[in-house]
Amino acid sequence: MSLKQNLHNLKEKYKGTKMAPAFNAIHTFLYMPNDVTRGGTHIKAADDLKRTMNIVIMAMVPCLLFGMFNAGYQHYAAIDASLRDNVLVNFFTFDNFWIGIIKVLPLVIVSYGVGLGVEFIFAIIKRHEVEEGYLVTGMLVPLIVPIDTPLWMLAVAVVFGVVIGKEVFGGTGMNILNPALTIRAFLFFAYPTWMSGDKVWVYGAAERANEIAAGSNADAISGETILGSYAQNLTTDYSIFDKFFGFIPGSVGETSTFLILLGAAFLIFTKIGSWRIIVSTFLGAAAMGMIFNQVVAADIITSSSKFYGLMSTAWWEHLMIGGLAFGAVYMATDPVTASQTNKGKWIYGFLIGFISIMIRVFNPAYPEGVFLAILLMNVFAPTIDHYVVQGNVKRRLNRAKLKTV
Amino acid sequence: MSKDIRIKKGLDIKLIGAAEKTTSQSNLSSVYGIMPEDFHGIIPKLIAREGVSVKAGEAIFLSKDDERILFPSPVSGKLIEVIRGARRKILAVKIAADGKQEYQDFGKKDASKMSAEEVKNHLFTSGCWPFIKQRPFDVVANPNQTPKAIFISAYASAPLAADLDYTLAGKEFELQTAITAISKLTSGKVHVSVSANSSSPLAKLSGIELHKVSGPHPSGNVGTQIAKINPINKGEVVWVVTPQDLVIIGELLLTGNFNATRIIALTGSRFSKPHYVSAIIGASIADITKNNLVNDNTRIISGNVLSGTQVKEDNFIGYYDNQITAIPEGDDYEFFGWNKPVFDKISTSRAFTFSWLNPNKKYDLTTNTNGEHRAFVVTGSYEQVFPLDIYPMQLLKAFMYKDLDEMEALGGYEVAPEDFALTEFICVSKQPHQKIIREGLDLMRQELG
Repeated sequence: MSLKQNLHNLKEKYKGTKMAPAFNAIHTFLYMPNDVTRGGTHIKAADDLKRTMNIVIMAMVPCLLFGMFNAGYQHYAAIDASLRDNVLVNFFTFDNFWIGIIKVLPLVIVSYGVGLGVEFIFAIIKRHEVEEGYLVTGMLVPLIVPIDTPLWMLAVAVVFGVVIGKEVFGGTGMNILNPALTIRAFLFFAYPTWMSGDKVWVYGAAERANEIAAGSNADAISGETILGSYAQNLTTDYSIFDKFFGFIPGSVGETSTFLILLGAAFLIFTKIGSWRIIVSTFLGAAAMGMIFNQVVAADIITSSSKFYGLMSTAWWEHLMIGGLAFGAVYMATDPVTASQTNKGKWIYGFLIGFISIMIRVFNPAYPEGVFLAILLMNVFAPTIDHYVVQGNVKRRLNRAKLKTV
Repeated sequence: MSKDIRIKKGLDIKLIGAAEKTTSQSNLSSVYGIMPEDFHGIIPKLIAREGVSVKAGEAIFLSKDDERILFPSPVSGKLIEVIRGARRKILAVKIAADGKQEYQDFGKKDASKMSAEEVKNHLFTSGCWPFIKQRPFDVVANPNQTPKAIFISAYASAPLAADLDYTLAGKEFELQTAITAISKLTSGKVHVSVSANSSSPLAKLSGIELHKVSGPHPSGNVGTQIAKINPINKGEVVWVVTPQDLVIIGELLLTGNFNATRIIALTGSRFSKPHYVSAIIGASIADITKNNLVNDNTRIISGNVLSGTQVKEDNFIGYYDNQITAIPEGDDYEFFGWNKPVFDKISTSRAFTFSWLNPNKKYDLTTNTNGEHRAFVVTGSYEQVFPLDIYPMQLLKAFMYKDLDEMEALGGYEVAPEDFALTEFICVSKQPHQKIIREGLDLMRQELG
């Protein structure tokens, strides 16, 4: 008997039992089910949620691979700064990739393992099918955490994020907050000393700092991000080229604006990601950046201010550094937590960009404002939609009124 | 004055098996069936008993809510069986045709000289009232209301739909007579919509306001046309008649006979020769599709693939349908079907689905759902195929959680299930949109109607 037939028999056997969702999750991964339409339209379009989610994951794979190389590159370049002289030669090396394998891959495995485990448990308890939402969340999480995040912390955060961020609301499609950002926020607020500062962004930086404290005379590894430096009114040596292509320290997958834009192009072309949100987020960030640039140009804020470093950063540079591009393309576009009306998407995206840069400038303790801005707008998205939809409702009422006059 | 309607949002689903423009005569079936479920919201009360002989046009049941609304037998013969389901609900009334087709005589009428009340009464007694449907709620019209307008769509844009220009050719006289009569029932206009590039027999009628429609499906749906011409507000009613039913009403007025013959399109890839047949309402599927249907794991649909009803060979064609579609069932697994590139299915995305490369290709789609049912996740896709000024997902959700105020405010009065057929087709979460709308409309009708 063929695999197909065997699996079909097993499916019939498990039907109605508690384990059915778990079995079906694996079965439908291998084979698209044999369900036929009952009532309603007799034919259906080719897309399902698995396909949609799969496209998003594929859009992130280049960022993940780049992040794995970058993990090693930032580590070695922090020890030997001369590596930065010729980036292209020193970047795509196996040594760099190996650091990626031992540091980034475990993040991916823990994220998926723990998250899908929670999903399966909930699917079995609540007797619904295992939903695909976590396939994307599980990929996002390792890309937005610092490389030196301890795996146990990640595991705790994933459990929190999936249960509180999603399952308590009823699963994929019902949640208010983006689960991946809930996980990130949990990490940030539960372990603030780990998640901020200059020691977590480059592999080995924290370890080396401990060694130095213990009396070793090795050189310290600087693990400062560009945002961190700017927030302290320091300058960095990274060129525009480095910033755009991502040869800079930062969360695993967020550094390469170039690859993120490629991912955005792919998402927009496949019509999976909302171009309205992506474009308006960048617009909002650019607008806020320009306002701050004008404030600096008008000498309202001078170099003595602690806000000067980030406020004087050119508006277009704001779009390349930190997690703004990554957030705009992969996080803000989550259809469940974003605005659901087309008009609302413009407002939602614009405010995310706008508030991101505002938080970035005014919160020097932790200059990465993107995830907070998106979470904030997640909460306000239903309100935005409400007013957009009310516009439609009012138009309908006016039409009726005109009639009776 | 002719007001043109141009639709941009929508989707033409191109399938294999369009009907070739030849009409064959189907023999008189031995058994005909009328299914009360075709008349949504009507509670039937039988007036003819099993074993009684009826003529064509003679009532066999009536509506419990309004006993003036009669439902006639399409043929002359003997009522042989009443099939009942759970709680004795009448599923079908079967009539064995006697082969002679004797008509009950309702008398010839001069439509132009009839008053509104006379027209109404004539439609009641002759059993033609059920042909008139109403919006809101998409049910048989309530005769106690006066519609603000009557809408007739003479353009069918649904997948593989019967070409009305072809099936109605030569029926100008009947159509004109029927329109003269029913135009007396409204205080407003009779709006007739035809395809922009067609020679519809309805284009030259008098007493109508003509609209030329262009654009992808659902431009031919009467709901779309109402929304563009004269949208329904709270408290308003419009009536809707299909042109094929107008022909029957016209013939009734001209000859006095209820002749429920219509030209039916046999479409879909499972017909060896898709073409048109002339048959009487209620004919059995087996008789109409004889020697033509490849009935091997085939889905037979009375109506089109989007809004039709699934039937078996021993069932009957739906009362309002002028199309039978047969497509392959899709009850098979597909290895890695969720991530491999797809060339043989239609999609509005480009998520490794390649139907956008070749917009004119015709597809042989199966009934596979192409994925499992999920909660609503994707946003913004329905709007691309939904031309009404309504937020489709918000309305669907309001219909699901049954908030009557929201259902009303978001446009619940303006929609019919068929308006949500395309959104259901493209739905990534495989939600049953038409069912949600139907149940919501029933609730609205019960609570607000």
